[in-house]
Amino acid sequence: MTDFTNWEIFQNLLLAARWTLVLSLIAFISGGVVGLIVMICRTSNLAPARWFAWGYIELFQGTPLLMQLFLAFFGLGLLGFDVSPWLAAVVALTLFTSAFLAEIWRGCIESIPRGQWEAAESLGMTFLENLQYIIVPQAVRIAIPPTVGFSVQVVKGTALTSIIGFVELTRAGTMINNATFQPFTVFAMAAAIYFSICYPLSVYSRYMEKKLNVGRQA
Amino acid sequence: MSAVKLDSVEKWFGETQVLRGVSLDIEAGEVVAIIGRSGSGKSTLLRCINALESYDVGYIAVEGQRVDSNSGDLRALREKVGMVFQSFNLFPHLTAGENVMLAPRIVKKKSREEVRDTAMKVLDKVGLQDRFDAYPEQLSGGQQQRVAIARSLAMSTRVLLCDEITSALDPELVGEVLRVLESLAADGMTLILVTHEMGFARDVANRVVLMHNGQVHESGSPQQIFNQPGTPELQQFLRSVG
Repeated sequence: MTDFTNWEIFQNLLLAARWTLVLSLIAFISGGVVGLIVMICRTSNLAPARWFAWGYIELFQGTPLLMQLFLAFFGLGLLGFDVSPWLAAVVALTLFTSAFLAEIWRGCIESIPRGQWEAAESLGMTFLENLQYIIVPQAVRIAIPPTVGFSVQVVKGTALTSIIGFVELTRAGTMINNATFQPFTVFAMAAAIYFSICYPLSVYSRYMEKKLNVGRQA
Repeated sequence: MSAVKLDSVEKWFGETQVLRGVSLDIEAGEVVAIIGRSGSGKSTLLRCINALESYDVGYIAVEGQRVDSNSGDLRALREKVGMVFQSFNLFPHLTAGENVMLAPRIVKKKSREEVRDTAMKVLDKVGLQDRFDAYPEQLSGGQQQRVAIARSLAMSTRVLLCDEITSALDPELVGEVLRVLESLAADGMTLILVTHEMGFARDVANRVVLMHNGQVHESGSPQQIFNQPGTPELQQFLRSVG
């Protein structure tokens, strides 16, 4: 057994938390890009695109993130691809995040009244111009609170990647605990670090929600 | 060449036929009021003219260009035909001025200065030049509808379709919108109005068309329609709104 002071434990956890943040950020950005594409397919006029997006969303919303991680890590490995924990984590979290963001954003787009589309259309604007100038600017305002709120789920979701050996906050906690046998101290600290990442996001999400609602009533 | 020509237009929504062979010939500068019960197909007819709805059988042309919502040059069509809606449909995230300037800027690719001049002119036309920087939510219903009319005018449309544009307004705000329409009619704009304002139809329209069961049931000058209604359906309709 190695002796660690509490401060040393905390320092090590904090260092590992970098990777939680980096992974969350990458998952959120790539999930956002893919989610946007899926959302466009979901609302498109082309039936095959709609079916694809529907299947994609149902599949990745309807299975545990952990299974997606296992499939990305072991499944691709079985097929002969050399998959690092990094790559598997990014792939699985991107699938998971994009499926949820696509649905959140679709709801925001569809909450824009039909009359807005028709007004823009009857002024001669094309579908894409309509999206760019009329629909998206209004939808983004509506989308900010639920999107930021969902980012909390992404941060917490990264904890699962510890199981396939990706060293982030949770994995570091497990490793330190193996050396120190102080599970309560170690995991309480890890939880506190997660909380200090997630809580500001929740607060910001609620603040934006309140602010935008006030704006609409004025 | 007529401004708008419809020839035996038919349309179905699924199993229901909403237009049953509508033919109309509207000259440039004419003011046509379309009246009738709800469900008689009058709004659908209007929406077919600028291809917001497609039609299944027949032929529609605006200034000689065939209207086809699936192919053809929709942009060219919509530069000729503007539309004003019952619920205004102003863009809430843009000011009155921006609402008016947006389409000329991106559809007609005009310069910023040019569209600003146009916007000033058309907002002046509807009496709202001083509300250039106001957001829709800061305007009354009547003012919002006048901005919506200005937005169509800024595209220098020659035919304006109005779909019950005073129905959502408080009674005291109806007059200001109708006065704008009157002045457009005086300028020679072709106006096709679906309306419940019988007084306005009588005073300003050149022609009144009664739609009934998806067909043009009776059509004529306001005098004929309102003073000597020929069919029982028209008499009944006029009693119900009168």
